[in-house]
Amino acid sequence: MEAFTEKFGIGQPVRRKEDQRLLTGGGVYTDDINIEGQAYLAFLRAPYAHARINHIDTTAAAAAPGVLAVFTGRDLEADGVGRVETDINLKELDGTPIFKTQRLALPTDKVRFAGEPVAVVVAVTAFQAADAVERIVFDVEQLPAVVTARAAAAQGAAILHDELPDNCALHWQNDTPDAYDSVAAKAHKIVSIALTNNRVVPVPMEPKCCIADMNPGTGRLTIYAPFQGGRRIQGAIADLLFDGDGEKVRHVSDNTGGGFGTRSKIYPEIIAICYAAKKLGRAVKWLGDRSETFVSDLHGRDQVNDAQLAFDADGKILGYRLETLVNIGAWVTENGARLAIDGGGRILGGCYDIPVLYYSCRNMMTNTVSTDTYRGAGRPEANYIVERLMEKAAHELGIDPHELRRRNFIKTFPYTTQMGMNVDCGDFAACMDMALSTSDWAGFGARASRSQARGKLRGIGLASFLEGAGGRPEEVMRVRFEKDGAVNIICGTFSHGQGHATVYSQILSEKMGVPYHSINLIQGDTDTAPAGASGTYGSRSSQMGGMAILRACDMIIEKGKIIAGHLLQAETAEVAFEAATFSARGGSVTMVDVAKAAHDPRRLPDGLEPGLDETYLYKRDGGRDDQSFPNGCHICEIELDPETGAVEMLAYSAADDCGTVLNPLIVHGQVHGGVAQGIGQALCEHTVYDEETGQLLTGSFMDYGMPRAQHLSHMTAEFNPIPSTNNELGVKGAGEAGCCGAPAAFVNAVLDALKPLGVSHLDMPLTPNNIWRAIHGAKAEGENS
Amino acid sequence: MSIEVSMNVNGKPVSAEVEPRTLLVQYLREHLGLTGTHVGCDTSQCGCCNIHLNGESIKSCTIFAIQCEGQDVLTIEGLADEDGTLHPMQQAFWEHHGLQCGFCTPGMVMVACDIARRLPDADEKTIRQELEGNICRCTGYQHIVEAIESGIKAMNAKGQVGQGRAENV
Repeated sequence: MEAFTEKFGIGQPVRRKEDQRLLTGGGVYTDDINIEGQAYLAFLRAPYAHARINHIDTTAAAAAPGVLAVFTGRDLEADGVGRVETDINLKELDGTPIFKTQRLALPTDKVRFAGEPVAVVVAVTAFQAADAVERIVFDVEQLPAVVTARAAAAQGAAILHDELPDNCALHWQNDTPDAYDSVAAKAHKIVSIALTNNRVVPVPMEPKCCIADMNPGTGRLTIYAPFQGGRRIQGAIADLLFDGDGEKVRHVSDNTGGGFGTRSKIYPEIIAICYAAKKLGRAVKWLGDRSETFVSDLHGRDQVNDAQLAFDADGKILGYRLETLVNIGAWVTENGARLAIDGGGRILGGCYDIPVLYYSCRNMMTNTVSTDTYRGAGRPEANYIVERLMEKAAHELGIDPHELRRRNFIKTFPYTTQMGMNVDCGDFAACMDMALSTSDWAGFGARASRSQARGKLRGIGLASFLEGAGGRPEEVMRVRFEKDGAVNIICGTFSHGQGHATVYSQILSEKMGVPYHSINLIQGDTDTAPAGASGTYGSRSSQMGGMAILRACDMIIEKGKIIAGHLLQAETAEVAFEAATFSARGGSVTMVDVAKAAHDPRRLPDGLEPGLDETYLYKRDGGRDDQSFPNGCHICEIELDPETGAVEMLAYSAADDCGTVLNPLIVHGQVHGGVAQGIGQALCEHTVYDEETGQLLTGSFMDYGMPRAQHLSHMTAEFNPIPSTNNELGVKGAGEAGCCGAPAAFVNAVLDALKPLGVSHLDMPLTPNNIWRAIHGAKAEGENS
Repeated sequence: MSIEVSMNVNGKPVSAEVEPRTLLVQYLREHLGLTGTHVGCDTSQCGCCNIHLNGESIKSCTIFAIQCEGQDVLTIEGLADEDGTLHPMQQAFWEHHGLQCGFCTPGMVMVACDIARRLPDADEKTIRQELEGNICRCTGYQHIVEAIESGIKAMNAKGQVGQGRAENV
C-alpha cells in the first residue's frame, strides 16, 4: 500500500470523498428510489422506422387489469403540452435559417424512427403496464425509411418532414469555396481523404429511469432522473407543462450512473412521464431497460467527410477543404445540428495553422434516433479527420509524419482560427516529443521485427489533437460557512463520476486554508442549486464552477474582514487574511471564530446581515469564443494477426496539456476513460440500422461491441501543463480530451501495421472482419494488377 | 401466486413472499431493499448485478430467487466490516480511484473478490480477461485493474485468498 499524502490542496492526488458510500452499496441511483403509492408507466414504441399514424386505439389497453390511464400525443395536444424546439440559430450562407422541428413528446402525425415513443400506459404494477401496452392497436401506413446521411441526401430519398423535401436541416458553410480553390490551384500537392465516422451509442451504465411525483396539494412536481444539471430539466418541464413557472418543478438526482453528454438532454420520455404524473396527481415511475435505452438515447458521431489539404513544396498547409454530411436523425434536437459546426468547428484544423478554410456541413435528417452531444461533441470527429489527413499527407509528400506535423503546428499564441476561435496557449511540439519519448518510438523498429518473427504485424500510430472546452460561459456557486466552521459548497453543476466533491474541496481548501475535511458539497437538487446554475457538460465544471467558488470565497473574505475588524477592534481596511486567519493590530481571529461570530448577531457590527453565505455568478470574459483549449499527443502501439485480422492493443502513451492539473489521480481517470471510449469507437463500437427496414440491429450488449478490459492495454498518461489564460486556476478541462486523440492514434497504428500488405485505407470500427476483408481485398487487387 | 423464499443474506436469515418468477436481483433490490446491487442491462452482459452465492461470484439477474432457497448470499452491503472498515478490495478501489460514477462498482468489487479467491497470483492480463463479464464506461478499466492487483495483494496478506467460502471473502 502506498503512503498517503497528508495534503489536500490543488495538484494533490487526493482520494475521493464520494467513494465510501459508492463502494459499500450506499449510492442512490434513480431506480433505488420508490415513492409510496407510485404507479408504473410503460411506453408503446414505434415498431416501424417510418410510418404515417392512422389511428391509435387504446380502448382495450385502458380496460386491462390495473390500468390507470393511457395517453397518446392527442391527449398531450389537447392539454396544451408544449413542443420542443432547438435553440440553434445558425444560418446558411444565403441567410436561410436552420429548419427547426416542433416535437411533441408523443407524435400524432408520423413516427420517424424505430423505437420512438407513441403512447404510454400507467398502471398499478410495472407488469400490468407492460401487459396493457400489448393491447394498444397501432394502425399505421408504413413509409420507406432512410437511415444514412448519404442516402438521405440522394434524389428520391424518403422525406421525413414534409416541409423539408431535401432532408437537409442546415447546409452551413463558412464561406464560398473561392479562396480555397485559388490556393489549391497553386498548391504543390493536394491530399484527399474520404472518411466515415461511425455512429456510437453513449451507454452510461445506469439505464434510463425517471420518477415524476406530482403533489396535488402543493401543485408541485418532483422529478427524479439521472441528469447532468437539474436547472435545465426544471426549466424545460416548467416551460412545457407549467406555463414557465419553475417554482412548480423540482429535480432531484443523488447519484447518476454516467452521463457523457447524453444525460444532459430533455427526452420525450421524461416529458410524457411528467405529463402523466401531473394529469393523475400522483407519483409515476418508469424504468427503461437497456434495450429501451439503446433505441431511445441520443447517439453520437455519425458523419461522412470528404476532406483535402493543399500543401506547398515545403509541406506547409496552404488551405483546408472539408465537406461533411452529418446524420442528425429524425428530429432537430438541442445540439445535433451544431455539433459539427460550433462543436467540432471550434478546433476544425486541429493543432495546425490553417491559413484558408472552406467548410461545408450538411445536417441530414434520417429515420434514426437523433445524434447529439456525446463526449467530445464534434471535436473527436474534427481531430480524426485532420489527423488521418496528416498521416496520409506525410506518406504522399514523402515527409516524416512528425516533421510534417512540426512544420504545421500553431506556434504563436493567441492564434485566431479560421472559425474565429482564439486559441490562447499550448505547446504542441512539446506534447508530441513527450509522447514520442514515452512510447519509445525510436525503438519501434526492433519491436516490429520481433513481432514479424512471430508472424504478426506491429504498428504504431500518432495523433495530435486540439480540444475546445468550457461550454456556456457562466456558472454560479454558493459558498456557506456554518457556525461550527464547516463549509458547504452549494451548486448546480452535477458530478456524475467526475469527483467534484473532492476537487471543489481542494480548490476551496487551498484558497481559504480551511481543512479539506470540513468542506461538503451539496448538489443534485434544484431546491438548493443557486438560480442561474447551468450544469456539467463540455468539460466545464472545474474551469467555470471552480472559478465561481474562488470568487464566492473572495466575497466571504471581504465580509469576514468586516467581522474580524469588529472583533479585533480594527478598521476593516487594516484586516489581512491568510491561511484561514484574519489579523490586524497584532491580534488575530481564525476563520472558525469569524464563522461563529457571523452567526451571532450580538457579535456583528451594526447593519451587517448575519451569516457567511455568498453566491457568485462567474462569467467568462470572452464569452463563447473564450474557450479553453486542452490539447495533446497520443501514441498507440498495436499488434495484428494477419490470419484473423484481430488487433491487440499493446501500449498507449498520452501526453496531455489540460492546463493546471487540480487532482492528477482524477485527471488520469478522465484520460483513461476518454481514451477507452475513443478506442471503443475505433475498434468495436458500431451502431447499425437496417438500410431497408430502419430497425436498430445493434440494440443490446449482445450485438453492440462495448470495449472491455481485455480490449485495452495499460495506458501511460502524462501531463505537459500550460495553464490556460482564460481563468485564474489555469485549468483547461480534461473530460473530453482522451476520445479526441484515441481514434486517429489507433487507426493510424493499424494502418501502419498493414502497410506491408498494401492496405492504405480503413474506416472504423476496425473489427477483425473489416481488417480481414481489407487484407484480402488488397491481395485480390494485387493479383489483378 | 406467491411463495415464501428464505435464505441467508450478508450473514442474516431473511425471508420474503415473492412471485416464483422473481429473479435474485429483484429479490435483493425490491424485497430486501438492498439496492447496492445494480441492473445495467437485460442480457446478462454488464456484471453490475454480481453477488456471491455460496462464496462464488454470479450474476444475480441469471438466477431465480427460489433457486437460492436456504443458501448463502453476499452482496456489496455485506462486504465491509460492521464498523464501516472497508474490505481490502473496497479499500484498494478507493486508493486507486477504481470508480467514477459508481454504477458498475458493486459488481466489479464482488467479481474482484472472486478473482482473488480463485487466482491469488493473477497478473494484469489475467485480471483483464477475468473482467470479461463486467462493463465499465467511465474508467477505461485501468484503475480498476490496478485496484484489483493491489486488492489481491492486500487479501493475500490477510490470508483471505485461495478459499471457497463466502465468510472468508
